[in-house]
Amino acid sequence: MIAVIDYGRGNLFSLSQALQHLNTCYQVTNDPEDVARATQIILPGVGAFGDGMRELNRSGLVIPIQDAARRGVWILGICLGMQFLVDSSEEFGDHKGLGLIPGRTRKLSTNGFSRVPNVGWRWLHPKGNNFLSDLAPKTMAYFVHSFAVQTDFKESVLANIKFNDEDIPAVIRRDNVIGYQFHPEKSGPAGLELIQRFLRCSCEG
Amino acid sequence: MDPARVIARLDVKGLNVVKGIHLEGLRIIGRPGDLARRYYVDGVDELLFMDVVASLYGRNSLLGVIEDAAKDVFVPLTVGGGIRTLDDIFAVLRAGADKVAINTEAITNPEILRTASRAFGSQCIVLSVEAKRREGGWWEALTDNGRQMTGRNVLDWVKEAEALGVGEVLITSVDQEGTRKGFDLALVKEVREKIKIPVIMGGGAGTAEDVTCLLRSEKADAICCASIFHYDICSIRELKNTLSNEGFEVRV
Repeated sequence: MIAVIDYGRGNLFSLSQALQHLNTCYQVTNDPEDVARATQIILPGVGAFGDGMRELNRSGLVIPIQDAARRGVWILGICLGMQFLVDSSEEFGDHKGLGLIPGRTRKLSTNGFSRVPNVGWRWLHPKGNNFLSDLAPKTMAYFVHSFAVQTDFKESVLANIKFNDEDIPAVIRRDNVIGYQFHPEKSGPAGLELIQRFLRCSCEG
Repeated sequence: MDPARVIARLDVKGLNVVKGIHLEGLRIIGRPGDLARRYYVDGVDELLFMDVVASLYGRNSLLGVIEDAAKDVFVPLTVGGGIRTLDDIFAVLRAGADKVAINTEAITNPEILRTASRAFGSQCIVLSVEAKRREGGWWEALTDNGRQMTGRNVLDWVKEAEALGVGEVLITSVDQEGTRKGFDLALVKEVREKIKIPVIMGGGAGTAEDVTCLLRSEKADAICCASIFHYDICSIRELKNTLSNEGFEVRV
């Protein structure tokens, strides 16, 4: 069973609808025991980093998620959920993340035409040979964020977007932990396909 | 330039999508769910549902409409009209919306923009502005779907709202709205130069050329259209083909 983590922030309705559309078996939960039993974990998220991590801590979910990652359970972080996967964030102060992928988040550059928050559709530029390599060319996804992941662990970045001429990580991965900066549940048919690919990864190991 | 972001606006009254001119004289276009699905399949980038009588009756009746659309429409949904409290926002988000557009309540109680942005994140809160051109070269912000004057200068108002934490601004030109005579380019230019957050421009699109004109001005981060889609003057796919032929990036 897929555990979709609900820590009281944001719209889980659309993600649930997308999972139903894909005929998957999932459970929306904030119960650490459900998370401990899950075969896959989806960590969605909107809002602010510090506030979100505080809610995860308060619900006792941080350790079960970290343990699951260590056991090889596949985890997908979406948007803010992807940012939780790294070590820390500089959003409104300095906050600790889950530390599953090396990196930190920083504010997007406002130097150019594109405005912050980055709201809208962007081309995904996959790199290297991985589960995105055969994605249809010119696949676009929907983004809403003001902060972006920055990592020295370059091989963890599987796809970028261009934002004010900078490369911004759109997909990151370390072993069984994957992050999507975009909202696949809001990215039309291409987004559903990207959820499907995560699920396929986790079935194939 | 960013890829063009094309938003279809559905003004909802009761169970129907309606369309007027200058926000008045409403005609029935169809069912919200049917239109939402049609536009989604046709490649719309985002949908905006506006309850056009909500602030008149003090309620938002769109919850059922949103829940229905969110079942199989996988693009961002913004909901406006009659949003007054954090509970209203929470209810709309739970029903499947991603963002809320606030106008009337924000004018009477600007603090809601700050508390809502803190509680749900700036990305979730859109300031909706109905702008009416006034003599002497300024625009007045109207409320209650263009029925009430406020005396507030649109440019000052968007600046204040940005400082309160909203993530985007949606501008509707009441003068152009429903006329199909093109966008108020001077208005969007002044607004975008005044603030640093994304600006969605709406009101007046009558042809694909109007949209190209707006994009070429490089003063809008997104475009919002109703009539050209509702009356099939140009489908979303046709619009995107035109934009692509004109050299703009679009999602196909």
